[in-house]
Amino acid sequence: MLTLVLFNIFNGVIIGLFYVLMALGLAMILNLSGVINFAHGNFLALGGYFAFMLIPYIGFWGALVVSPLIVGAIGLILERTIIRPLYTRDPVYSLLLTFGLAFIIQDICRTVWGSNGLPLTPPDSINQPISAQFFFLTGYRLFIIGIVVVTVAALFLFLRNSRLGLRIRAGTLDLETVSALGINVRLLRSFNFGLGIFLAGLAGVLAGGQIGLNPNMGDDLLLPAFIAIIVGGVGSLIGTLIGGIIIGVAAALTTVFFPSGSQVVIYVIMIVVLLVRPRGLLGEEGMLT
Amino acid sequence: MSSTTIGETFERRGSYRDKLALLLIWVVLLTVPLWLPAIGGYTSLAARILVFGLAAMGLNFLLGFTGVMSFGHAAYFGLGAYGCGLMLLYVTNSTLLAILAGILLGTVGGALFGALIVRRKGVYFAMLTIAFGEICYYIAYSWNSFTGGYDGLRGFQRQPIHLGPLVIDIQNNQTVFYFFVLAVFAVCVGIMALLLRSPFGRTLIAIRENQRRARFLGIPVERHIWMSFTISTFFASVAGALYALINNFADPTTLNYIISGDLVIMAVMGGMRSFWGPLIGAAIFVALQDYISSATVNWMSFVGLIFVIVVLFFPRGVLGYLRRIPL
Repeated sequence: MLTLVLFNIFNGVIIGLFYVLMALGLAMILNLSGVINFAHGNFLALGGYFAFMLIPYIGFWGALVVSPLIVGAIGLILERTIIRPLYTRDPVYSLLLTFGLAFIIQDICRTVWGSNGLPLTPPDSINQPISAQFFFLTGYRLFIIGIVVVTVAALFLFLRNSRLGLRIRAGTLDLETVSALGINVRLLRSFNFGLGIFLAGLAGVLAGGQIGLNPNMGDDLLLPAFIAIIVGGVGSLIGTLIGGIIIGVAAALTTVFFPSGSQVVIYVIMIVVLLVRPRGLLGEEGMLT
Repeated sequence: MSSTTIGETFERRGSYRDKLALLLIWVVLLTVPLWLPAIGGYTSLAARILVFGLAAMGLNFLLGFTGVMSFGHAAYFGLGAYGCGLMLLYVTNSTLLAILAGILLGTVGGALFGALIVRRKGVYFAMLTIAFGEICYYIAYSWNSFTGGYDGLRGFQRQPIHLGPLVIDIQNNQTVFYFFVLAVFAVCVGIMALLLRSPFGRTLIAIRENQRRARFLGIPVERHIWMSFTISTFFASVAGALYALINNFADPTTLNYIISGDLVIMAVMGGMRSFWGPLIGAAIFVALQDYISSATVNWMSFVGLIFVIVVLFFPRGVLGYLRRIPL
């Protein structure tokens, strides 16, 4: 029983980390651009598929770096061409646009790579089980944890200490003032958008190695990522981080005792948070809320 | 938006052109069974258009006339469908009672959830509405024994309606069923129009135009948004109940956020500043989707392209553009 519980907690942490990578990107875009990116899960899938294409040429390690960069670049281009003109309009338009993009990207994945699953095999060096008793502690899972921790730490250090990161945080609070101080807000938003999509692409490569690739692999992560943002509090990236892990572990623990409720439980958590603390765990009053 | 949009919405009401348009719409709707088969359609397609049109018009009560964005109206549409289906399957043979059950389930769900989120703003509000839709989706999806789970709720049939000695056979006669749907649609649309012309409706438009000013004038903004949200979910659940009757089936995907997105694009495509816009949008979208999904395996790309093209090139919708053409 203890092994089973540990197994599910560990699984929950892994899933939670995927939620975190998704939710951080979504939240950065939401905070600075006011866009709910419905296509975020599809960028994740693209990340996985690009890695699949690249591995024969540059290996897993190369693909882990290059694939998210390509996906991020695609995000950047889309932002500059079709999303930017919508910033001045009613937010309903940017939602609808990314909604349409989600359909298109998913269909492209289906057409190019087929609707059946494809395997994305991590190199043997990191794909070994580590402990016989705790069979779920595979090297690859520990590797996922390591990569996500490093990436998230780097992201927070970047946002806290670099000049660009400072501007992004300031823009989240008051974009108009940032603009008035002579900072190129358009460039800032493009970069921020690309960075958010990069995180989705990275999650795609990692998830591909864990669960394999299929055209709608990101769909199951999109809504939990929304919930992670709501639970953690809009405007607080640390809140998003905590929110992602909480709902990941909660869903996995529910699987042990009441399997069919594993998805519902994250919505229950959301409703409870909304009732008790409407701004979310670490959300600031008045931010978007 | 600017003050001209208020003018467009209201001052022209009663003009010669609008009366003509109104007449045209009702003549088209009343004669559908006569000409639709001739151009390759079928009557249940027309019923589907009416149902989605009603849901989109209901959504637009909130989106276009109160200025509040919901991306989760599939929840109330789906609750309406499930309420109606469950009632027919487990409780009664009366189609009318089943419709009432669907409306009750959807509207109560809307009123409760609306009360929970009404203080939230903008895209955050939209995100919460999506989340509520997914709650309903997962409940319908996981509660196998009661809702049929993934396969949907099957095994119920719409029943003929007995009004005293009069029997309306909506069960077997498609044309009679179409007129039944049209009658419900007409009643709902009539209520909607009356509400929008009332002082309450004007207040909603004031909130849309300038929420802060409305608040300064002493209007209880939150209460009005909540009422508008609830009314809007009422219309969505009526449409959902009718949708279950069209198919004799309630499908968990009717609760999914994809349907919510479809409803929003219908409203925008037809013109979300106009009363009839969402119906026009629903007609175009449902007919296109019906055609595209049978014509190509890549229908998703085409549907996605519809979204992108409408947003980038036709943000005012069909009626928004027609209005600008001087006659």
